[in-house]
Amino acid sequence: MSDVADRVKKIVVEHLGVEEDKVTENASFIDDLGADSLDTVELVMAFEEEFGCEIPDDAAEKILTVKDAIDFIEKANG
Amino acid sequence: MRRVVVTGLGAVTPLASGAQITWQKLLNSQSGIKGIDTFDVSDIPAKIAGLVPRGEGEGLFNAEDHVSIKDMKKMDDFIVYGIAAADQALADSGWKPETDEDQEATGVLIGSGIGGLPKIADASDLVNNGKTRRVSPFFIPSCLINLVSGQVSIKHGLKGPNHAVVTACSTGAHAIGDASRMIMLGDADVMVAGGAEAAVCRLGMAGFAAARALSTGYNDTPTEASRPWDEGRDGFVMGEGAGCVVLEEYEHAKARGAKIYAEVGGYGMSGDAYHITAPAEDGNGGFRSMRNALRNAGVNPEDVDYVNAHGTSTPLGDEIELGAVKRLFGDHATKLSMSSTKSATGHLLGAAGAIEAVFSILAIHEGVVPPTLNLRNPSEACKGIDLVPLEAKQRKVNVALSNSFGFGGTNASLVFKAFK
Repeated sequence: MSDVADRVKKIVVEHLGVEEDKVTENASFIDDLGADSLDTVELVMAFEEEFGCEIPDDAAEKILTVKDAIDFIEKANG
Repeated sequence: MRRVVVTGLGAVTPLASGAQITWQKLLNSQSGIKGIDTFDVSDIPAKIAGLVPRGEGEGLFNAEDHVSIKDMKKMDDFIVYGIAAADQALADSGWKPETDEDQEATGVLIGSGIGGLPKIADASDLVNNGKTRRVSPFFIPSCLINLVSGQVSIKHGLKGPNHAVVTACSTGAHAIGDASRMIMLGDADVMVAGGAEAAVCRLGMAGFAAARALSTGYNDTPTEASRPWDEGRDGFVMGEGAGCVVLEEYEHAKARGAKIYAEVGGYGMSGDAYHITAPAEDGNGGFRSMRNALRNAGVNPEDVDYVNAHGTSTPLGDEIELGAVKRLFGDHATKLSMSSTKSATGHLLGAAGAIEAVFSILAIHEGVVPPTLNLRNPSEACKGIDLVPLEAKQRKVNVALSNSFGFGGTNASLVFKAFK
């Protein structure tokens, strides 16, 4: 697993207060991990902070799963 | 009108977390005031406060007992304290509504004087330092005053009236008074009511210090700083925490066999129409508030055994309130007991009226009146009345009156009666 994936999952675990094994790549923040719309905004902010990138609102709206986040960040930082 | 009784108590105070343990410490003449060590006070003249003791163990406040770590960032401390006091009061009352009907008959009315000042200060720093995008999506709901009531309703499934009071230092008393009327008028059968405050932060301390309201002469001896009616008093001491009561329509409480602490006898309000921070010099605002509460309760001044005073330890306010009490009660003023529990807790602003309602109710229930700490030399105008100096006193209390007065000239008085 990539370093980015590990760090994304760690942030998700911390911010959503969920068990680590539930944070699979295909897990949806809202449907599987109990996030609400404000939680997802905060998650995106945490990703920005952690990875020093900017995630515009229109891109953030498309980040629905753990994999979406990893893919976006790897692309942005790649 | 329907009768309203008190069936549950909750308190998070500088003395302890828990109504009973706070009460025991209060009766033991302990103080919850100490030097502020949680933030820098080097440029603020008042360096002490009543801070909620945190940790794990009896009487210590552990936020995680009440709110998950995940949810903690969605609320400023005043909301966490309010949830904790409401949890305690509901647990104490044994009321756990599960059907739609019961949930809809149960409301929440918890206020705050100031709300989420620490989080407002932090977010303001971000915005003013070019970090607008770092402002949390939870910032607004973390500091809105009515979010105590909102969070408590969500946690416990309480679907009745959901309301909040904001009347500075009268908030807690107004909340309990207003909630009791909602039950009397049939809007709800049960109300969780009270106040919460956590404004002991750099911004809050700087603001009250600028208003010259705070004690500054006892920074090295914090437990001696809050000394209502004493000659050496020099201002109030900031405090934080929350108080909640479960109010219940009498037949409802009786039908489920609930423990009844006391009855809400009456509620009075008034406005000074005088000054934004100073009380009217003749004390007529407090006088009318007390008079209205007694009239509403249908009790005579001679029936009152105990007054829990607003008594914040300010040079002006303490004497004005005491003068109003002497005028209202006449000869009976020499027979009643009056104390200021702010001497032990500091001034919890919007939560003050709520924790002091809890103390007044316990005075009735336990037959003992709590002391006024540090009252060694009452100033001349404060003589001729039993101010319960230094030590608690056994005394049968049938009727207790609790005063709360706030900036803006807003006054509230509550009357509690022994349940018969």
